[in-house]
Amino acid sequence: MRIALALIAAALIGLPYVGLPAFYESFGYLLLSAIVLATSWNVLSGYSGYFSFGHGAFFGVGVYTTAALAGKLGWNFLWTLPLAALAATLLGVALGAIVFRVRALRGELFALLTLAITFVLATIALNAVDGGPGIMVTVDLPRIAPTASGVIYLMMLAAAALTLWTAYAMYRSRFGTGLFAIHDDEDVAEVMGVPTYRFKLAAFAISCALAGLAGGIHAIFVSYVTVAETFSIALAVNVVLMSALGGTRHWLGPAVGAVVITVLLYAFTSGNAAVAGRALTGLILIVVIVAMPAGILGQILKRFRRKAAPAHPVVEGFINTNTRKESGELLLVVKGVAKAFKGVQALAGVDLEVRRGEILGLVGPNGSGKSTLINVVSGHYAVDRGSIRFEGEELVGTPAHRIARAGIARTYQIPRPFPQLTVLQNIALPPMFGQVVMDRAAAEREAWRWLEFTGLKAKAHRFPPELNLHERKFLELARALASRPKLLFLDEVLSGLTPAEMDGALRLIRAIRDQGATIVFVEHVMRAVMELTDRVAVLTYGRAIAEGVPAEVMRHPEVISAYLGAAHV
Amino acid sequence: MPSATLLGQSVLSGVFIGALYGLLGLGLSLSWGMLRQVNLAHFALAFLGGYLTFQLSARLDPFVTLALVTPLFFLAGMGLHWFLTRFSVSLLNTLLVTFGLTSIIEAGIQWTWTADFHRMENAYAAVRWKIGPLFVSLPDLFTLGFALVLSIGAWAVLRFTDLGKAIRATTEDAPMAAAFGVNEKLIGYLVSGLAAAVAAVAGLCLALNHTLAPVQIYAWMGVVFAAVMMGGLGRPIGPLVAGIVIGVSEALTMAVTNPTWAPLVSFSLLIGLLLFRPARF
Repeated sequence: MRIALALIAAALIGLPYVGLPAFYESFGYLLLSAIVLATSWNVLSGYSGYFSFGHGAFFGVGVYTTAALAGKLGWNFLWTLPLAALAATLLGVALGAIVFRVRALRGELFALLTLAITFVLATIALNAVDGGPGIMVTVDLPRIAPTASGVIYLMMLAAAALTLWTAYAMYRSRFGTGLFAIHDDEDVAEVMGVPTYRFKLAAFAISCALAGLAGGIHAIFVSYVTVAETFSIALAVNVVLMSALGGTRHWLGPAVGAVVITVLLYAFTSGNAAVAGRALTGLILIVVIVAMPAGILGQILKRFRRKAAPAHPVVEGFINTNTRKESGELLLVVKGVAKAFKGVQALAGVDLEVRRGEILGLVGPNGSGKSTLINVVSGHYAVDRGSIRFEGEELVGTPAHRIARAGIARTYQIPRPFPQLTVLQNIALPPMFGQVVMDRAAAEREAWRWLEFTGLKAKAHRFPPELNLHERKFLELARALASRPKLLFLDEVLSGLTPAEMDGALRLIRAIRDQGATIVFVEHVMRAVMELTDRVAVLTYGRAIAEGVPAEVMRHPEVISAYLGAAHV
Repeated sequence: MPSATLLGQSVLSGVFIGALYGLLGLGLSLSWGMLRQVNLAHFALAFLGGYLTFQLSARLDPFVTLALVTPLFFLAGMGLHWFLTRFSVSLLNTLLVTFGLTSIIEAGIQWTWTADFHRMENAYAAVRWKIGPLFVSLPDLFTLGFALVLSIGAWAVLRFTDLGKAIRATTEDAPMAAAFGVNEKLIGYLVSGLAAAVAAVAGLCLALNHTLAPVQIYAWMGVVFAAVMMGGLGRPIGPLVAGIVIGVSEALTMAVTNPTWAPLVSFSLLIGLLLFRPARF
């Protein structure tokens, strides 16, 4: 493998020195620039699911930066390349900083704003830089290869190597994992500790920088830069197509697609054939999206993965690092928290205390605000007023991923696993972004422990949509536990389970408590509440009306009339 | 500073071009807001309508062409909806699929009518009136009239009729609407067909007032999408109002500065809205 890679690298680097016709260098250059553009598009759009239709714009910024500085002002061309990357990055970051903050419609808005930016930049370039006729770019190239086209080829080869390495490094790191989680369910990713805003912005910056770099080199390649040729929407269509065709969920996918499409488009280069080529790319794009969502590489890997027997590492017995601390002290203090949704007062001044080491039952009729309370504490919603203190730190105004990092985890009433991550990857995500940041290997070791604990080991390499409800609920539980939270919110983990499955779940929850986690247990199943909890709090109409030992609270007349209907003890 | 007459004429032409933005945005806003499909191909379809009008204008009155093209586009819209639902294409993927479709239609247009600019000769364009110091042409009035009638009509249907109620219910929660007896599948086809039919009308207005070229398909996208976003998804009158705001701003920008800066206006307005009123989205 290593030898094969070295041979390929040697062949690619050696190409300009063997005296082949210039055509091969130019075609090689086109292939490499397609690889750079498609791969750089994919590190944002494929990984995180934010489709950019403006990749041509960021590429164009690079082209014009180098054209203006080297062509017009006569700067040393090599110095302009980092500046080309920087200019594209700044533009991307400015755009991202605005659009990534929007909560709803952010994906569509991003797609359309990036589409529009192409025309905006074309306008600016035409009016402010170009002046109409275009810019000649003639520069002295470093003589590292016999011919000028060879030098340009080698520069793009270096850019391609850098781009592929970046895409690979991101893919393997927690950065990439976080982006994949954003792709599947951004809100859940944030609650699991992924700093979504920062990650999106960083991925966009990298994507733009690489496109800008390619643009800078391209300015030399074409040597005559015009607005119409540079800021074209066709480039955006092509990179989207290349990535989708090759496979957006793998670092190498776009490169595969880039080679296929470039060769294909080369067959249609002139005159009317170019028009046919455009129609063909459109058609392939539609077919790929509809029929081959995983792309060529994704499809091959899927077959490969099916053959390979999934590894089951030996799991050392369950290790408890969460030593029971002084129990009884206040862990979470909620004071006067209010939250309204368009006039519906979901929380109307809730006061609640959670003590370290206890299981607090949170009960109340449907619509009483239990789930909203969890959403507010975990940072999913901002409160209208009130204060939430966790270990003395104020949580109101803290972004959700910081709250996760502080040691609060939750499950969702309707399980929300990341559908395109395996069960193992789902569970390994929170440890990578938890109180102690783990690398992937450590996080997966941790995940195996929780797979064992919840009995999901056999499903480790399956995808969540293949699981039944009971398994999805346990996956939800394992994912919440994997970050070793200090405080765990369980939102109706028992609902929808059969009595036998419920017994299993109760055993798990008891085991969790025995390890020292503090649990807030939201549940309608009264048997479980009475059995498990140390204290119970009752919510109705967004207010806590009673708090105390279960047996006493359940006899409270207000609780009986609001919730139970009849005494339960 | 330009003269008052020039400014007045600018505002007026801004209103008319804004009406076309609104007309193009109406179909887009309906299929996006109601069906959760972002149909980029809407623009290509409108241009196709414009080209068909242009092609047949030698023999047929543009309005006769419209009567032929509209039902055809209605069917095309239903076909697109069938495709998108048949393969359950997700919202973001509708962007990609219709982007691909745009490429195909654009290539088809270029194949048939070349990449050159075309301008339809027609008798209506010659009909102009002078109101005080300002000029108004008949095609402009047609555009404004169509935009007003269709936008307000769509709003009234959604607001006051049982069909409108059924459509709004389907938008909120399709399975629930179906459980209450709404034929949500039929409604999907109807909305998609109507959205495409509006593209035919927009195409006529394009051909009457503007030059046609395949590359221009993309030039309209940014502005019209800005109008749709600013107007609010699924609100029929929103794109028209926002479109007129954008159109007038553009016209004034052109009058005061250089005409080539106009493409920046809609983008700046949208960015401004995102910066200062992010809660709208």
